[in-house]
Amino acid sequence: MAEPRIIIVGAGPSGTRAAEACVAAGLRPIVIDEGRRDGGQIYRRQPDNFTRPYRKLYGTEAGRAQALHETFDGLKGAIDYRPETLVWNIAKGHVWTASATVQEAIPFDALLLCTGATDRLMPVKGWQFAGAYSLGGAQVALKSQAVSIGHRVVFMGSGPLLYLVASQYVEAGAEVAAVLDTSPFGARLKALPDLLAMPSVLWNGVALTRTLKRAGVMVQHGVTPVEIMGDAESGVGGVRFFAGSGREETIACDAVAMGHHLRPETQLADLARCAFAFDPGTRQWLPERDDDGRSSVAGVYLAGDGAKILGARSAEASGRLAALGDLGLPVDKGEMTSLRSEVGQYARFARGLAKAFPWPARQAPALPDDAILCRCEGVTAGDLRAVMRETGAQEANRAKAFSRVGMGRCQGRYCGLAAAELIAAEAGVPVEQVGRLRGQAPVKPLPIAIGDGQ
Amino acid sequence: MSRFVRLGETDRPPVTLYVDGAPVAALEGDTLMVALLSGGGTLRQSEFGPEKRAGFCLMGACQDCWVWTESGDRLRACSTLAASGQRVVTSQPGASWPNHV
Ligand SMILES: Cc1cc2nc3c(=O)[nH]c(=O)nc-3n(C[C@H](O)[C@H](O)[C@H](O)COP(=O)(O)OP(=O)(O)OC[C@H]3O[C@@H](n4cnc5c(N)ncnc54)[C@H](O)[C@@H]3O)c2cc1C
Ligand code: FES
Repeated sequence: MAEPRIIIVGAGPSGTRAAEACVAAGLRPIVIDEGRRDGGQIYRRQPDNFTRPYRKLYGTEAGRAQALHETFDGLKGAIDYRPETLVWNIAKGHVWTASATVQEAIPFDALLLCTGATDRLMPVKGWQFAGAYSLGGAQVALKSQAVSIGHRVVFMGSGPLLYLVASQYVEAGAEVAAVLDTSPFGARLKALPDLLAMPSVLWNGVALTRTLKRAGVMVQHGVTPVEIMGDAESGVGGVRFFAGSGREETIACDAVAMGHHLRPETQLADLARCAFAFDPGTRQWLPERDDDGRSSVAGVYLAGDGAKILGARSAEASGRLAALGDLGLPVDKGEMTSLRSEVGQYARFARGLAKAFPWPARQAPALPDDAILCRCEGVTAGDLRAVMRETGAQEANRAKAFSRVGMGRCQGRYCGLAAAELIAAEAGVPVEQVGRLRGQAPVKPLPIAIGDGQ
Repeated sequence: MSRFVRLGETDRPPVTLYVDGAPVAALEGDTLMVALLSGGGTLRQSEFGPEKRAGFCLMGACQDCWVWTESGDRLRACSTLAASGQRVVTSQPGASWPNHV
């Protein structure tokens, strides 16, 4: 039999470990990544001419980062690596790719989707102003370019990244005006039994809070954001919020880093026609997969944060598992069992995180009519409400067609989950009944020379 | 005033690019976004509202950071490296607006 044609999308932790397993089995996978360099999100590499050492860039994860980069560097001759290449569609057994100049349709026997995550956002009135950035974006600025997103930065939202990025900013010498967490402190105590699945990671989290305290950064819990203040010309000027005590407060700043943990990039799984199921813990629709990463579609495998947000360490384990499962080569049963149980531990920890830093679903229906919901096209919460009243649309894709929420350039990555919560609350139905926005090709705008020819 | 603040890695060779015809000083290895926002506050005018924009995600997902070459090719400022002598414009040359292509 001819060698199976294996395509791995994503060169982050999960894609790298999947590629490593393929190469060890004597196969030569195609590894496609949109980024200029490998490493993915957490282990994102800085440009060649930057000199900060691993310890400074990746903190407690420096060792893992270096190990992963070295593995990938070592694989380069043995894989068909295609950086700066977007996979924009999956159809008819082919992966459709576009780089700056070349467009290709590549057939595959096995497809491993290791596509990672982007920030999960809850819109706040004023988030369209220049100077409001996603939390992950704030980290990318520091990690890959050594800049802060502003002179005085407020971190607002929730989740482990809120504290991580804020303390990375402090350590790099940026001015952090405040960390405003929407989740109440008590939630963490309830989550403790699950968080203890990963004591060392939990400990790292505690250490971050200490870094912030030592630096004298104001940290508040249980806040309700009201508004990012600013003006059209100069951008962000401050934030207004209700403190946990119920008192209204404002803080002056010229930048806001905002986000509520992450959401998986599932568009390609959708285009590959994988089945999805609603995950009540995170209130998101996720592609279905078995313990070894098999999706509902034969030959399509899902690994890492692109399938479910379980973090970087789990991404390495699940990437390896997904590659090992069906290569048809002798595999070490003991290793498979231990990888599965490792992923199980991370899943328990992730359940703890979801409890400790809950997605503030109720903020969406509380958005005032004049708050912008879709940043891409300036569609307001009031516009969406009006469409629902006029058309009776209570399903995500219908409401999208009528209101354009989710039809902008980001394809609903940043407004889709909040829009679903707003629709559900207005219609008085559970959010799963609203359904989910479908991934559509091209999953991102194509380079212009190619896009015009479509 | 600048939006971004450099916190290190400043010992890199300088490059000069041209934004809407005016010279902008940057460093080798900067993205276009960092080059533009280290010297100014915004990247472009929103086409759907009164406000100026300065990008959002920095990871190629939101498409809020578009700028153009003088011949009209679209560039994502957060994922394109600034090059010496490069000329970019902050509004789309020509009339038509491909909203969500
Ligand atoms: C901005 C950001 C910062 C994070 N920081 C941390 C952190 O500090 N600590 C932590 O524990 N976790 C962090 N995370 C969580 C992170 O998701 C995981 O830790 C880890 O990176 C997951 O690995 P992965 O291999 O699943 O995905 P990723 O590392 O995200 O890699 C996915 C890769 O797939 C590529 N890709 C996706 N879609 C396509 C496509 N259509 N075509 C071509 N290429 C594609 C991407 O370019 C990317 O390189 C962060 C996440 C984000 C989004
Ligand atoms: S800032 Fe989001 S794509 Fe560039």
